[in-house]
Amino acid sequence: MSLAPISLFAPSANTLFPMTAATPQSALSPLPTLSRDQLARRAAQELRDGYIVNLGIGIPTLVANFIPAGMDVWLQSENGLLGIGPFPKDQDVDADLINAGKQTITARKGASFFSSSDSFAMIRGGHIDMCILGAMQVSAAGDIANWMIPGKMVKGMGGAMDLVAGVKRVVVVMEHNAKGNGMKFVKECTLPLTGTRCVHMLITDLAVFEFDGNRQRFVLTEVAPGVTVEDVRQRTEAHFEVAATVRTIGV
Amino acid sequence: MGNTKIFASAADAFKDLKTLGVLRDDITVMVGGFGLCGIPEHLIVALRESGVKGLTCVSNNAGVDDFGLGLLLQTRQIRKMISSYVGENATFEKQFLSGELEVEFNPQGTLAERIRAGGAGIPAFYTATGAGTLVADGKETREFFRPSEGVTGATIPGHGFAGRSMGAKGAGTPPALAASHARPYVLETGLYGHLALVKAWKGDAFGNLVFRKTARNFNPMMATAAAFVIAEVEELVETGELDGDIVHTPGSYVNRIVQATPQKRIEQRTVSK
Repeated sequence: MSLAPISLFAPSANTLFPMTAATPQSALSPLPTLSRDQLARRAAQELRDGYIVNLGIGIPTLVANFIPAGMDVWLQSENGLLGIGPFPKDQDVDADLINAGKQTITARKGASFFSSSDSFAMIRGGHIDMCILGAMQVSAAGDIANWMIPGKMVKGMGGAMDLVAGVKRVVVVMEHNAKGNGMKFVKECTLPLTGTRCVHMLITDLAVFEFDGNRQRFVLTEVAPGVTVEDVRQRTEAHFEVAATVRTIGV
Repeated sequence: MGNTKIFASAADAFKDLKTLGVLRDDITVMVGGFGLCGIPEHLIVALRESGVKGLTCVSNNAGVDDFGLGLLLQTRQIRKMISSYVGENATFEKQFLSGELEVEFNPQGTLAERIRAGGAGIPAFYTATGAGTLVADGKETREFFRPSEGVTGATIPGHGFAGRSMGAKGAGTPPALAASHARPYVLETGLYGHLALVKAWKGDAFGNLVFRKTARNFNPMMATAAAFVIAEVEELVETGELDGDIVHTPGSYVNRIVQATPQKRIEQRTVSK
C-alpha cells in the first residue's frame, strides 16, 4: 500500500468517535472507571499456564507485571525473541537485546532468538496462544482499528495486522470511551482497519465482552465495580448481548 | 584461490561499486535492523558518502534523525521507503508530509516474508494479514482454509491434498471443513534488491555469518534477497573457525565483508531498579 499524504483527509473528531443521537453524552455522569493497572490486572486473568503470549505496547505491556505467581507464561517479542525477561540492571544493558518497543530488556532462561521471518511465521502460523493489544475502535462484528488516524502522521502498522490475523486468541484492552465520551466500541469502525472479525475478547475500563463466534456478536459478561449494564449501554454504539449472569470485574 | 571478500573498511568495500555497476542512482537497497538494533552503521555511512540518490530503501524502520537511515534522509538520497513502522524520525515526518518522500507501509510479517520469498525465488504468496484492510487494496484476494485447520491436508476449498481436485485417483480424501470455514488471503509479492547491507556479530573470510540476540531481525533474509550483499561484522575470523552448526547465513550469499566496531546506539534505555 502506498500512502501519499495528499490523499489523507482530516475528519472531525465526531466522525472518528461518533456520539449517539439518543443520549446526549454530555448529560452522562462520570463513572468509576478501571485504572490502567486494573485493566492490565483483568487482562492478566486471561492467561493460562504454558501460554505463549505477545503483548502490545501501552497498557498491554503492563500485563507482564500481573502474571499470577506460579504460572509459566512465555512472552514473545516480534523482533525475534521467545522468553522476554525483566528490564536489565544498569550494568547489564545490552544494545543487541531489545523488545518491539525498542526498550532494552533481558532474556529469561530457556529463551530463544530468531529472525523476523521466523518470528512472524510463529505469529501467522497460529503458534502464539494469545495476544493482548490496544485499540482505537472495535466494532460489533469484531473488527479492530488501531494503527492510523486519517489526517494525522501515519507511523505504520508494525506487526499489529499480523498479530490479529494469526494469533489464536486476540484480547483487546482499551478505554471504553474516547475523550469527551466519544464512542470506541462502535457499529462499524470509521478508522482504517487493522483486521476484520478477529477480536475474541474486549476488556474496557467499564466492562468485559466475550465474542460469541457462533452467533457472531459480543456478549457482556462483566462490569466494573459501581457500573451498571445500563451505564455501559448508554456509552456504547455497538449492539451487544448481555450474559444471563453479569459478574463484577474482580481486580 | 578466488578474490577475497574481505575489505579493510566500509569505504573500501564501496570504492569500486559504481564502476562495477552495482551502485547507481534509483536502485533498491535492503538495509537490515530493527530500530537501531542490528543496523549496518558503517555501511550506511559509506552509502551516504557514495552520493547515490533516488534510492528505494527496504528497511523495517527509518532510523533516527542523526543515525542509521536518518543520515540518508538528511541528504535526501532516499526517494521511497518500504517499511512497517517509522515513528522516531522528525526528518522523515517532514519529508513525508511535504510529499517529497514516498512511503509504502507493509505489515511487519508481510515485509519479512516478502524479503524471504524474494530470496527464495518465490514471486508471490498468499497471507491472511491485511485482508479486508487498506493493505489489500488493489491486490488479489482469495479464500483458503487455514493450513493448521486443514487436517486432511487441504487448504483449497473443494480440493483434496496438494490442491488436486477431489475424486481423481490418489487425490486424497475430501476436506472435512465446510467451505464457510475458509477465510480471505491477500496475494503479496516477493521483494529483491540491487544491494543489501547487513550487520552480523561474527563472520569469516568466506562470508559465513552469525548474528547475536535480537540484532538478527531482518538481516538473514536480506542477505538472501539482493544481487549484491555486503556484510558488516564486529569480529572477522579465518574460514573454518566458525562451527558450521551455528552459522546462520551461509557464506555463499555474501559478496563482501567488512570488520568495523559499531557504536550500537540505544533508543530506549530501560532499566530495572
